[in-house]
Amino acid sequence: MIENVDLSLVDWSRAQFALTAMYHWIFVPLTLGLSFIIAITETIYVRTDRPEWKRLTRFWMTLFGINFAIGVATGIILEFEFGTNWSNYSWFVGDIFGAPLAIEGILAFFLESTFVAVMFFGWNKVSKKFHLASTWLVAIGANLSALWILVANAWMQNPVGMTFNPETARNEMTDFWAVLFNPVAVEKFLHTITSGFLLASVFVLGISCWFLLKNREVWLAKRSILVAGIFGLLSVLSVVFTGDSSARTLAELQPVKFAAFEGNYDGKHNAGLTVVGVLKDTGEKLGNKKINDFLFRIEIPGFLSVMTKGDRDAYVPGLKDLIYGTPDDPEIMPVTVKMERGKLAKDILDDYKRARMMNDREQVQNIMQFMRSERFIEENFRYFGYAFLNSPEDVIPDVRIAFYTFHLMVLLGFMFILIFVLALFFLFNDSLMKNRWFLRIAVVTIPLAYIASESGWVLAEMGRQPWIIQDLMPVTVAATKISPGSVITTFILFAALFTVLLVAEVSIMIRQIKSGPIH
Amino acid sequence: MKKFLFPPLILIRFYYDGFRNMSSWGKKVWIIIIIKLFIIFAVLRIFFFPDFLRKNYSDDKQRSEYVLDQLTKSPGIYD
Repeated sequence: MIENVDLSLVDWSRAQFALTAMYHWIFVPLTLGLSFIIAITETIYVRTDRPEWKRLTRFWMTLFGINFAIGVATGIILEFEFGTNWSNYSWFVGDIFGAPLAIEGILAFFLESTFVAVMFFGWNKVSKKFHLASTWLVAIGANLSALWILVANAWMQNPVGMTFNPETARNEMTDFWAVLFNPVAVEKFLHTITSGFLLASVFVLGISCWFLLKNREVWLAKRSILVAGIFGLLSVLSVVFTGDSSARTLAELQPVKFAAFEGNYDGKHNAGLTVVGVLKDTGEKLGNKKINDFLFRIEIPGFLSVMTKGDRDAYVPGLKDLIYGTPDDPEIMPVTVKMERGKLAKDILDDYKRARMMNDREQVQNIMQFMRSERFIEENFRYFGYAFLNSPEDVIPDVRIAFYTFHLMVLLGFMFILIFVLALFFLFNDSLMKNRWFLRIAVVTIPLAYIASESGWVLAEMGRQPWIIQDLMPVTVAATKISPGSVITTFILFAALFTVLLVAEVSIMIRQIKSGPIH
Repeated sequence: MKKFLFPPLILIRFYYDGFRNMSSWGKKVWIIIIIKLFIIFAVLRIFFFPDFLRKNYSDDKQRSEYVLDQLTKSPGIYD
């Protein structure tokens, strides 16, 4: 019974999914970015025919191989979890989620069994150009593979291109191109892959700086810094650009998430963008949710208004406006209205169910026809998930998590710009070896790139709570009613399995780095 | 006939040589991959991750009825 749903079950199911996804995401971005760095260095090798570049390429390819192999198939567990822990959701999304994941699976299989094999086994067995083509195809294929996962995720953030069929209780894809070119999908894809490029560049830069600290492989390290520095700088600038564009889309399509990550409760004209801030509990509440205020804050005045609407005087709504409505922005529909509209959609669906049970075919046909009408879809079904809320304030995510993960990600992003600029400056100035402080900072920056990358996903997923599918389905309805004990058991199993895999990867990788490139 | 068989043989030879001449790190990661795939598919999938709807309902009609039932329950999920 949904009304008796065990919230600890939902929380454990969410925690398990988060754990699996976050561990999986440790491996993925390095694969996305390092594959391109290898393709670039191999291109230089093929063009210059200098064996040092081949040696350099093979070294990074080894680290790519370790990461790729350890990370492979960790994402499959997420698909198991959909069927076991999120069965209502899995059924409800129908082929919309299945189609992109199937394309991804087929693509990944062919990619992994053919071109990755040529990359590793093909040196001196296939022509240089064929090997290079294989390396590029691995890089392009890995990133295209990510596209389909991100298309599926974007649909959860902004469901488009489908209609709900009450007969099957599933959503059916009506417009593949609308799903593929969902604005959230396009921005998410570009932002995610460029953040992968950035992470891989930080990784290559950090390890190269370690070699310089040890005064080993100086030629290889400097050339790697050159490639990673340029590629990383271009990537981080793309990350900033796509992040800005994502924020604009978010302000339009997921305004509650947007207000939450800015810690913005009260809407205002000429709204400032918080650069850094510390939140404090005010002791007041919105419904059952605590209200936070700033203990300390540095902001750029007016910038949030400019960023979202291109106008310094534009009104940027806060959480209170988005929940209760505001005369400053009459287009905002209060959550209570959305709840009423959603409840009507649910009542109609209930009527359909009863008519079907009573075998009243005429009534079934009438309701189905009504449910397919554009008016019902636009005015009621798009707010279906609101029918399950108890109070309007239930739509507020955890503001602290949204705020801190967003600002951490952004601050680290700007720090990476500085790191790449300094790396290239010292490299061209031939003073890298003299600035050992920088070499040390570059090494310790590696984990920071992972923290920034994971923060992005925590923000994306925690920030849209309580929804698993924005406005259509809350997580509490999506979760399978199974024993929390079994979820806790698998949570512990996963934590152990993935930790072992991570320790294995890090230890094999460290050993390979220490032994250096082959001679 | 010979021409038709030759490319597949090259392919088999390619993979055979690749695996035979694999570096020590390559062998290690292959062992990890095999153990990991065994745990994922032979342990986790079978014993811990049955497909809930497939396991409990015999056809799509029953599954859709179950989900429809879940979607039309009364509100109060946070009670």
